Amino acid sequence: MRKATGVFILRRMLQLIPVVIAIAALNFLLLHMTPGDAADILAGQMGHATVEFTQQLRQEFGLDRPLYEQFAIYLGKLLTFDLGMSHIQQTPVIELILGRLPATLILMVAAITISVVLGVILGVSAARRQGTITDNLISVTALIVYATPAFWLGLMLIVLFSIILDILPSGGMMQVGAGLTGIDHVLDVARHLILPATTLGLFYVAIYTRLMRASMLEVYGLDFIVTARAKGLSEGQIAWTHAMRNALLPVITLAGVQIGHLLGGSILIETVFGWPGLGRLVFDALLQRDLNLLLGILFISSVVVILANLVVDLLYGLLDPRIVHK
Amino acid sequence: MKRFHIFWFRFRRNRAAAGGAVVLAAILALAAFGPVLYDVDPFEMVGRPFMLPFDRYPLGTDVAGRDILAGIVHGARVSLMIGVLASVAATIVGVTFGAVAGYYGGKIDDILMRTTEFFLCIPSFVLAVVLVAIFQPDVVTVTIAIAVVSWPSVARLARGEFISHRDREYVLGCRAIGMPDWEIILLQIMPNALPPIIVVSSLMVATAILTESGLSFLGLSDPNLVSWGYMIGVARTVLRSAWWMAAIPGAMILITVLAINLVGEGLNDALNPKLRK
Repeated sequence: MRKATGVFILRRMLQLIPVVIAIAALNFLLLHMTPGDAADILAGQMGHATVEFTQQLRQEFGLDRPLYEQFAIYLGKLLTFDLGMSHIQQTPVIELILGRLPATLILMVAAITISVVLGVILGVSAARRQGTITDNLISVTALIVYATPAFWLGLMLIVLFSIILDILPSGGMMQVGAGLTGIDHVLDVARHLILPATTLGLFYVAIYTRLMRASMLEVYGLDFIVTARAKGLSEGQIAWTHAMRNALLPVITLAGVQIGHLLGGSILIETVFGWPGLGRLVFDALLQRDLNLLLGILFISSVVVILANLVVDLLYGLLDPRIVHK
Repeated sequence: MKRFHIFWFRFRRNRAAAGGAVVLAAILALAAFGPVLYDVDPFEMVGRPFMLPFDRYPLGTDVAGRDILAGIVHGARVSLMIGVLASVAATIVGVTFGAVAGYYGGKIDDILMRTTEFFLCIPSFVLAVVLVAIFQPDVVTVTIAIAVVSWPSVARLARGEFISHRDREYVLGCRAIGMPDWEIILLQIMPNALPPIIVVSSLMVATAILTESGLSFLGLSDPNLVSWGYMIGVARTVLRSAWWMAAIPGAMILITVLAINLVGEGLNDALNPKLRK
């Protein structure tokens, strides 16, 4: 790794600090807009919600201090990843979130992979056959999928593949009670992953197909394609090696921008498929009105998105050496 | 009037957009007159649950014996209303941010755009969920929550437009004759910057409808109003025995969003012919 890249990474990480503080501020603000504070809730749970007792709790938590002091304390706690307690589940919020994060990340990575790979393949195929039936079919399908609510698509896929055809599990992350280990366990999770990852990915397949098609058509108009044809390369070689590589950048850019959107979508998809990730946690938190937990999820998922964007930024340099980090 | 004719000529040339416009008009009519013509309370138990479509009620009954067609008809109103209001609100906020940032540049631009980018990196649906959950779900909070997560893209676009216009000769001319800034922004640049913004905010109605359906699927909708996403959420529990109960409202969302997207792209071709590919 060049030295310039190391400096670039360090600078980008430093730039993230104000963003994270801003997210913390937003969270803090939302926390204070919620009706009733932690003291009210706790006192209610303990069964003796007298005014004096609530006031005493408030003092204990520092809720009687000025807002800016409270915010400073809040920030200090965040530095040690202390997001407070889930008053409903009686567990630290961060523990609940870290327990669920891996499942969500698996689902997201699978969905991103599906969407980029399929989107690129379909986009290139459509562009190569511009104006033909294949092109029209791909474009129209993309248009329809783009308009489909993903969570509903998931339900319909369950009807088709789990209820009618009965070839894929309708929910969960693994077969309960099977006690599978090693490669069997991995295959079992993969089988459970197919439907949710496809459902989450399809919306983006539609987007990337359209983008890739447009991007390919643009690249086809460039001089180096004429050169490639002149030196006798096959159309397949031109499309899949020369044109595709150059047309890929907008797709990667958009995939990076949409990580946050994808994470939001996974909440719905996890609810549909009972996938035990952050989305399920959100759903349960909503049912129990566990606002502290919800805000913790908002904070952590924002941080995840910011870090993911950083990774995408670094990937650019690998994909396109013309981009020099200054 | 001539400008409108050119617009209409270009729009009509696009068959997909014209088809979308017809479908959209039908759905608008359904939302406007449906609840009057098909006067059934969508929350009232009208018959036995799980009745098949075309049995006694055109689309059958749901888990609680409520008329599904009544839900579809009333839900159209809610979906479209929230979709349109949220994108109008997001457009107003976004254009204000973008116009001020783009026109003035410098420090103001810096601050406003940092704010915009900040909102872009928060997972929008999670933020919408948290906002609605904190302030109790009703039409107003759902609309505001969707607007809050939608305005940044408009702000970016509007900023770009204003930057490209602010140093042009006609703007310099306005400044030279001492026209106040607000007048230049609103009456001189705005009409030129509007076409791409109109396209983006019309497409945003589609996204807003999808977001609303997702929220109400999770139970985050006005408890006094039926919406398509809510109907899917209710039907989800009986997917195994009555899949059509979830299929019908979902198909309505799909058709509506598709129609809006087609019309939006038609608008794009008609208003920004130079961008046409």
